[in-house]
Amino acid sequence: MNSSYLPSNILYIDLSNNKFWIEERPEVFEQYLGGTGVAIQLLKEQCPPGCDPFSPENPIILAIGPLTGLFPLASKTIAMFKSPHTGNLGESHCGGRSAIAIRLAGYGAIVIKGRSSNPTYLAIHNDKIHFRDASTIWGMESVFTVGRIIRENEPGSGLRTIMRIGSAGEREVTYASVTTETYRHFGRLGLGAVFGSKRLKALVISGKHSLNIKDKTSYQKLYDDVYQSAVNSPVMQKYHDLGTAENILPLNEIGGLPIKNLQLTRFEDAQKISGEVMAREYLGRRLACSHCPIGCIHIAALREPYGDEPYFYKTSMICYDYEPMYALGTILGISEPESYLKLMDEVEKRGLDSMSTGVVLAWATEAFEKGIITQNETNGIQLRWGDYKNYIEAVKSIVNKTNEFFHALAKGVDYAASQYGGKEFALSFMGNEMPGYHTGPAAHIGVFIGARHSHLDNAGYGIDQKILVNRHLTPTELVEQLLTEEYWRQILSSLTICFFARGVYTPKIVRNTLHSVGYDLTENDLRKIGEEIHHEKYKFKTREGFHIDDYHIPNRIFDTPTPIGQFNRDFLIDAVKILKEKISEW
Amino acid sequence: MRLAVVDTERCIGCQSCMFACSRRQQEGGLASSCLGVKSIGGMERGFMVIVCRACDNPPCAKICPTNALTPRDGGGVKLDIAKCIGCGRCKDACIIGAVFWNDERDKPMICIHCGYCVKFCPHGVLKLEKTREVKQ
Repeated sequence: MNSSYLPSNILYIDLSNNKFWIEERPEVFEQYLGGTGVAIQLLKEQCPPGCDPFSPENPIILAIGPLTGLFPLASKTIAMFKSPHTGNLGESHCGGRSAIAIRLAGYGAIVIKGRSSNPTYLAIHNDKIHFRDASTIWGMESVFTVGRIIRENEPGSGLRTIMRIGSAGEREVTYASVTTETYRHFGRLGLGAVFGSKRLKALVISGKHSLNIKDKTSYQKLYDDVYQSAVNSPVMQKYHDLGTAENILPLNEIGGLPIKNLQLTRFEDAQKISGEVMAREYLGRRLACSHCPIGCIHIAALREPYGDEPYFYKTSMICYDYEPMYALGTILGISEPESYLKLMDEVEKRGLDSMSTGVVLAWATEAFEKGIITQNETNGIQLRWGDYKNYIEAVKSIVNKTNEFFHALAKGVDYAASQYGGKEFALSFMGNEMPGYHTGPAAHIGVFIGARHSHLDNAGYGIDQKILVNRHLTPTELVEQLLTEEYWRQILSSLTICFFARGVYTPKIVRNTLHSVGYDLTENDLRKIGEEIHHEKYKFKTREGFHIDDYHIPNRIFDTPTPIGQFNRDFLIDAVKILKEKISEW
Repeated sequence: MRLAVVDTERCIGCQSCMFACSRRQQEGGLASSCLGVKSIGGMERGFMVIVCRACDNPPCAKICPTNALTPRDGGGVKLDIAKCIGCGRCKDACIIGAVFWNDERDKPMICIHCGYCVKFCPHGVLKLEKTREVKQ
């Protein structure tokens, strides 16, 4: 195929020696499309077996796809790295301006290795790469301030992404995130800590290249079809209207909303923190990622008096979405929107993954309630459901690792429970803290078998709510359904299409869009490539010591009934057996 | 007809308009885009939407040393690319930054007020108007 339509340039950066070079790799984009497919190949090549996630050898791979910059909603960047949080495959997706900036700067992927001798930020403007001294902004309390400073210091306004870490990343909290454009994140699995271990404070990328189009007439037509289907689809409209926060009430209604560390799954106070209330009382602005007409990003405006003098206020703009509202809201027994927003603001400022942070705090609160830990461990902080002020103090203590206990919390809930007990209510799957769905077995098995242990790997919560509420599936059928979905999602994430647009990018549309950039693939070919990419990820996991038998599912998952009844342990054991057989074939 | 910004506060920053402009010119990417959307120092504060205002006596044309840019009937300018030497004075003369620059060709990108971008603004930020509407 003609590779002039592909983003074949890979930029390699060596932070140890302040060097960079570019390699053209059309074959890897031809075979694996881009995004996830290309990133796992580069990770296999670049990450030495058994590599310590915090060593200079651990690579950070950022990849976009052949549709990025050409079609709407192909707006994600895929990051791959070895996760310091799970010690295995790290994969995280982020929107904002990141994907467009990487492609229009002239790259399909960026590989960052090494460790800088002093704090650095990288500025990539088209083919100009600068290693800038970041000593002045290292240790700065707020990630927002870091963003402001770099905005003033660098060109490319409107055409750039500014990826940066907060103090959590600098201090290698294993679930530190990377923030882009203030409100988007490589949230999960600790990319921020890997940045920190490399003394890489930020990465600015800008560019405005043109992109060739193979068949101009059919491209225009196809673009219009995709665009119209995105802006006219009722499924997409919900992301723009209330956003993902609209999930709070329906999940509460069916009894699938984790509350107080999943001791409960519905509460009356859900009404107070619903997506509807957030929109009515707090929604201040909606935003979009570059080249996505939907605008799912919801920002609340929170006006607070300073209190030390009259008529002195500040207004903070704070992001909300379902998952952070679950993790920094309901699972902590927080139902006041202002409490959630203030806690969220602190978590954002420090650069932590909101989901892992919330689940860690929920475990700590229950452990405190049960007397497993006391004020001796918490340095006097009273951890109580709903008490956001103390949670803010706890967040600061985690980031600053103020004592042995908070040091343990900074490594995640699995580690903390291994040191202090309370494993039966430490809500994580293979080391990654649980998402906000207690909808049934498919949600949990989905996260458990998903290659990155994310609810978005295969959306098991959807199978619970659409299929299992109506009819039974055998473990074999369920695993097949989950894997089929996960295989297809490898295609979407290799094209870096936002999963919210999965209804727009049907197999037929994907095939046609790919055809317009030079790929000649059938829908069946695509499914095979998806399956192969998934297996490549599992092969990497196995290489790095993943054993399906090493699982631990906390009792709480089984004890708390789901909307479709109690989750049966035997069902899980059968599912594990089926997956184990499959892994041996991959 | 000329392109106008109705209300920047409705802008979500998706930049679909910028990509539409490139597509009208049979390109992907943004090298040739003739309008710009950027945040006002942080997305939480909203966006600037920069379009050619179709000035009656356009400074960009006045300063052009080769007459590559000439005033167009109804406001704005026309670019005769054959005459353009890529000196960039037009870009500097436009105080709102609406003369965009194509770094690949080293030439200015000039809005022709065709309105193609308007069709791809999902929230009615842009419109085509016959004469400039002056708000009282």
